[in-house]
Amino acid sequence: MSMLRLASIAMLLGIWYAGSVLAGERLLPGPEAVLAAIVAEARSGALALHLAATLARVALAFGLAMAIGTALGLLMGRVKLADELGDPWLVVLLNLPALVIIILAYVWGGLTEAAAIAAVAINKLPNTIVTIREGARALDPALDEMARVFAMPRARAIRHVVMPQVAPYFAAAARSGLSLVWKIVLVVELLGRPNGVGFEMGIAFQLFDVTRIIAYALVFVAVMLTIETMVVQPLERRASRWRVRTA
Amino acid sequence: MSDAHPAGECGPLEIRIARKCFARTSGGHLEVLQDIALTLPRGEVAAFVGPSGCGKTTMLRIIAGLDRDYEGTIARGFGGAVGMVFQEPRLLPWRTVEENVRLVAPGASEAKLAALFDTLELTPHRLHYPGQLSLGLARRASLARAFAVEASLLILDEPFVSLDDALAARLRGELIKLIDSRPVTTLLVTHDVDEAIGLADRLFLLSASPARIVAELPIRRRDPASTAAIRAEVARVTAGARRVG
Repeated sequence: MSMLRLASIAMLLGIWYAGSVLAGERLLPGPEAVLAAIVAEARSGALALHLAATLARVALAFGLAMAIGTALGLLMGRVKLADELGDPWLVVLLNLPALVIIILAYVWGGLTEAAAIAAVAINKLPNTIVTIREGARALDPALDEMARVFAMPRARAIRHVVMPQVAPYFAAAARSGLSLVWKIVLVVELLGRPNGVGFEMGIAFQLFDVTRIIAYALVFVAVMLTIETMVVQPLERRASRWRVRTA
Repeated sequence: MSDAHPAGECGPLEIRIARKCFARTSGGHLEVLQDIALTLPRGEVAAFVGPSGCGKTTMLRIIAGLDRDYEGTIARGFGGAVGMVFQEPRLLPWRTVEENVRLVAPGASEAKLAALFDTLELTPHRLHYPGQLSLGLARRASLARAFAVEASLLILDEPFVSLDDALAARLRGELIKLIDSRPVTTLLVTHDVDEAIGLADRLFLLSASPARIVAELPIRRRDPASTAAIRAEVARVTAGARRVG
């Protein structure tokens, strides 16, 4: 990590500390109080329980939205008929507020796990479709012709000709998707789940426990940052290793 | 043509393109090919020589099956793979040179690939990505790809341009070896009459757009006298075609 980055983080901590002194511990608890709350929640086992519940929902909803979104995006990008039929639906879905989808999912599906995950996935879906469709539209026809002349089997052509071209779009969708999905998962948990980080936030809000809200938020941000640096970035580097690095 | 091949596999390549038009953006049609008719016995090499922009690449695309929007028929009296060298290398940038070749020729043995890379002087570049290659190297990689598939139809769109003379000469030698080793019907587009004479069994001269066949010259011998005679004939026909317009 560069010195500038460290200095920036130190400044953030400094402002936080100064803010807590000015506003008082009740409105904005200081870093050491939040750290103590994290340790206490971790000791009791509550932190791991809620974190695991939220992460499982994030993973499921994210996986579902990416899989279906990629398939539909490729279809709409390649087949004109599918694009014309699907586009109005896409516009509706894109402009439907997340809260509306969540409430409708709970009303129609009950306060169930399936309804919760479906609501999150549907929120992320249009975004994935739009990005992947853009990628499918940008496919190089010259390479497609090459694969056709050499009679490359379909599966091999998709894996070696199509997917590498869609990969940067997929990475972009995944990146924005992960942060979007976890934010929506918290809302879903707040409204209708008996566990998870969002549920804890709801309890803490009712008790006006700002320390716990910040504690859970920080831990979750740390987990997502870890996933980003340990999983997403290495995958991206691997996928783009063929690019000639120019200064 | 060898007797080892079953009768049904030995048919000729019949090209009948009555007309090929492109729609103009301003409306109307632009005619690029007109009455291209030729029959090429299995294993023969045809070279097409014509002014640039006359529609040679369009013709090759139709024969390769990439463009089906034309009036006419292409009948291939034999099965088997098609190998093609496009005007641009058209390599997969995210796969190495070796992977690019193996992806279209999964059955090729390591020994065969090693020999091929060696001839094309690509051995040190097997693990390089196309973006790391010069244009000349990338063209050689695309030649390796076309040679690696055991093609029964080989389509070459100006395969030796932007290569230095010595290498181009060696690659022509390799192409001749390849064609002599098995029956490979080959279509070669070139602007180099000497290259056409050196490689082909028959030379087709094409007119300016819309392209028609203005002359078909069989090449039976390659001694200096015959070569000079063909070259003179080419010059006479092209001059005549130009006068007629």
